Amino acid sequence: MSQDQPIAMDFEGSGDGRERALALLLLSMADDEFVIGFSDSEWTGIGPILEEDVAISSLAQDELGHARALYGLLADTVDDGRDADAWAYDRPTEGYLHARLLDHPRGDWAATIVRRYLYDTADAARLTALVESSHPPLAELVAKIRREERYHLMHVQTWIERLADAGGESRARLLAALEAMGPDAGTVLAPLPGETALVRHGIVGEPFAAMEARWREGVGSTFRRLGLPDLPPTVDAAHARSGHSDAFRALHADFTMVRRSEVGATW
Amino acid sequence: MVMAAPLTADDVRTRLTSVHDPEIPTVSIVDLGLVHDIRVSDAAIAVELLPTFVACPALEVIRAEVVDALAGLGRPADVSFTFAIPWTSERLTEDGRAGLRRAGIAPPAAAADVRCPYCDSSHVAIDSLFGPALCRSLFYCRDCRQPFEAFKPI
Repeated sequence: MSQDQPIAMDFEGSGDGRERALALLLLSMADDEFVIGFSDSEWTGIGPILEEDVAISSLAQDELGHARALYGLLADTVDDGRDADAWAYDRPTEGYLHARLLDHPRGDWAATIVRRYLYDTADAARLTALVESSHPPLAELVAKIRREERYHLMHVQTWIERLADAGGESRARLLAALEAMGPDAGTVLAPLPGETALVRHGIVGEPFAAMEARWREGVGSTFRRLGLPDLPPTVDAAHARSGHSDAFRALHADFTMVRRSEVGATW
Repeated sequence: MVMAAPLTADDVRTRLTSVHDPEIPTVSIVDLGLVHDIRVSDAAIAVELLPTFVACPALEVIRAEVVDALAGLGRPADVSFTFAIPWTSERLTEDGRAGLRRAGIAPPAAAADVRCPYCDSSHVAIDSLFGPALCRSLFYCRDCRQPFEAFKPI
């Protein structure tokens, strides 16, 4: 990958680039899960119906748990004294590597469902490529996470179909959310700077382009069945995980508030 | 003076039957299938547990209760959580499944095979995949008209 992608990570690792590439992969995955988990948790108490309030809160809790576990693997890899909480809370906004798709605010319910659908389906393609990872702790965690994500996919698939088939305002809001987020959907699977090392060392089973192709095929067939427009190609894939939005800066101010007001606080 | 028999992993496992899931007080962590490995040495008792869900909020409570249950054995308990193998609902024992029913929770099964934990009717409907805890879904019994929770098959 190009070297001009601005990725803020103060860790070089040793040797042939394996450690740094692994750390970038773990950090990007952890930040994805953390940002969507925290953002979706804002629905707790105000979900559109009681069951959905419970469901989205469960989904958010799952993602935050996955983030914690991934930050834990990252802490073991980087091994510089930072624990999972330090990685989650003690970075400036430009240090976060989540995909631009997750820079979109949660918006209305249709936007939240579209963001979840695009993210969960892309994440599933990524997790599939990690099942046989040569980094055992990652392969083990992924085996566990995939069992949970199966429920996420069932849930969000049902919602996409419900909004698309309902017509009227539901479908109009769904289309508006797809138009806003479609060009950023592929950012979840945009190649990371260490991709060559990740593939060479067997940490991921295939290049990101192969994951993206499988993901687009699956989403494309669902969208055609529902009469939804095809997803556009990714805009500015070279900056898929940098230069975050005002919505993310507001979210960051929120989720770091306790940590900033009481330095070193733990649960 | 009689020498005490050496402590075995089975002794430790027996003690752990007194530790219950804080959210399901009728099921021990042994019957829930959380215990992955027990290793006893002169220096420590190492216990490896499998989380049911990655984000389970009860883990730290369970850890503290395991340490308490293993106190007084002359060496500290070292409790860790591992994903070395994934916890699955097949790890529940028959006693564990019975314990779930006593708590009003249907044991894990495919949605079509879930039975009401109160009246054993199979005339039930799923209300939501997601319930008040990560590990549970919501069902409704059309016979005794009781909403109930079912452990998710995972």
